[in-house]
Amino acid sequence: MREITFSQALNEALREEMIRDEKVFLMGEDIGLHGGAFGVTKNLVKEFGSERVRNSPLSEAGIAGIAVGAALLDMKPVVEFMFIDFTTIAMDQIINQAAKIRYMTGGQAKVPAVFRTQGGGGTGSAAQHSQSLENLFCYIPGLMVVMPSTPYNAKGLLKSSIRNPNPVVFIEHKLLYSKKGDVPEEEYLLPLGKANLMKKGRDITFISYSRMVHVALDAADQLAQEGIDVEVIDLQTLSPIDKETIFQSVQKTGKCLTIEEDCKSSGFGAEVAASIGEECFDYLDAPVRRIAAADVPVPFAASLESEALPDVDRIIRTTKMMNS
Amino acid sequence: MLRIRLFESKVLDLFLKNYIRGPVHLYLGEEAIAVGVCSALQKDDYITSTHRGHGHCIAKGGDVKKMMAELLGKSTGYCKGKGGSMHITDMSLGILGANGIVGAGTPIAVGAGYALHLQKSNQIVACFFGDAATNQGSVHEAMNMASIWKLPVLFICENNLYGISTCIRDVCRLDDIAKRAEGYGFSGITIDGNDFFQVYETTKTAVEKIRQNGGPILIEAKTYRHEGHDIGDPEVYRSSKEVEQWKQKDPLLRMERDLLDRNILTQDIIDQMRSQIRKEIDQAVQFAFDSPEPPKEELLTDIFVKEGEL
Repeated sequence: MREITFSQALNEALREEMIRDEKVFLMGEDIGLHGGAFGVTKNLVKEFGSERVRNSPLSEAGIAGIAVGAALLDMKPVVEFMFIDFTTIAMDQIINQAAKIRYMTGGQAKVPAVFRTQGGGGTGSAAQHSQSLENLFCYIPGLMVVMPSTPYNAKGLLKSSIRNPNPVVFIEHKLLYSKKGDVPEEEYLLPLGKANLMKKGRDITFISYSRMVHVALDAADQLAQEGIDVEVIDLQTLSPIDKETIFQSVQKTGKCLTIEEDCKSSGFGAEVAASIGEECFDYLDAPVRRIAAADVPVPFAASLESEALPDVDRIIRTTKMMNS
Repeated sequence: MLRIRLFESKVLDLFLKNYIRGPVHLYLGEEAIAVGVCSALQKDDYITSTHRGHGHCIAKGGDVKKMMAELLGKSTGYCKGKGGSMHITDMSLGILGANGIVGAGTPIAVGAGYALHLQKSNQIVACFFGDAATNQGSVHEAMNMASIWKLPVLFICENNLYGISTCIRDVCRLDDIAKRAEGYGFSGITIDGNDFFQVYETTKTAVEKIRQNGGPILIEAKTYRHEGHDIGDPEVYRSSKEVEQWKQKDPLLRMERDLLDRNILTQDIIDQMRSQIRKEIDQAVQFAFDSPEPPKEELLTDIFVKEGEL
């Protein structure tokens, strides 16, 4: 199988869906000739023209609203917000409009829009360009939240998100764009709302998503050398969450560690831990524990940033403690 | 106009008798704008509406039975009782929804305009919003993008002088909001929003231009709401003298006078219409009263489109 990067995989997903369905159009800041801040829309304007790959002014609220309006008229807009931090400017349209319209209209209208953006830290971009805000969107009924971890699932999940008739917030991690991986030449789709069992194991379940999946896998490799057999789940979709896969794994291993890059307090792992506590308590051999970022704005200095974000060492230490 | 007037008068009555919950924003006194604009649109054109949206919905052909049922929170309402006054929508009539967030309908209208542009349609979108909305950032963004991409959007600013209690003169330096259009590179015009014929003629011309050239136009229609911001507004911000002065300029009375003066209608016909529409509204109220509450199972439906739906 050929190897391509995460950005190339996303680019292919957009291109294939634009060829397949003329209702699909892209809108965002610098997505034209510039190809987007992370190169995901590279060359698409040459192929599809500036009406379907619409370079927009710096107007996040406006372009989110345009996506909503166009989606109401049966189009399939895919909006790019350059950084997830900038989605905060567009929150009315995402939270009050896109997410609510179907419910408020009693099912008359639908909003098949994809809000693509990226998140996460690790690049020294400081507090306004490094956030992990996925939980804001998971909290909102009516939104689907997807966070791929590899070129393979990035492509399959983005294609499914574009075809999905609901509003989808699709969050890519900025450190994953250059990551390479196997992606088939032939077309495939991956279902939304389904987690992926990345590695089977019997001693403890790691639940993770996005870039942290790779950190979790690295930790699992090292732990294997010490005789701890870790099961690793990549959630892929955070909302709706695939509880079935989580519960099956926890019932098998009896232990669970959530690994996420957002802040720990009220972070996504809290939801996972609480669900396991509510519905799987009898199977637990230890309390669910959480590895997450420190409850601070992401700092600039490398030493501070790496201290704030989760890493392999912390995962290993916590796992050993849980297994002792 | 008469249908809006009688519908809303009935809504006021039902609200005061506690049959309607939540905020209700009446359109009384502004009827000439909705009717003037919607009469100049084609049936398949779109509108976006505001929290004060009953008039727009009726003018675009909305079913008063379904509206009344929605206001009473019944399962036969437009939104199955899940939306209420501020969210009445009829996709089949091109009514893309009233909106509880001031200004939020403007980028949505521009998005609908973008869809029509891509679909190479000659339909247009009429976007209603109030004077207060013009100070929202999303309205600036929407107008700018409609202009740069020449989208078929008619912006209708219903300037009724107040955003809740705040007079537009205190929050906007311009006498005429229509002047803002120039800043975005398209034309804006200020008209008397209480004059149906002026609203209709201006809209008709604007709509023709939009269909020909694609680009947006802003019409500012000056008007006044007879009631407060919502029912129960203590209205400490305006004098009864001011309200009375504006009631003298009631668009409905003015329309009736005009039609009688021009010998287009007789008093008999107007009286007949009034009694016929009153009956229609009474039937709508009866329909709403007779309709069932939404069943509890409805709580969890319509959050997502499920596979196979729509």
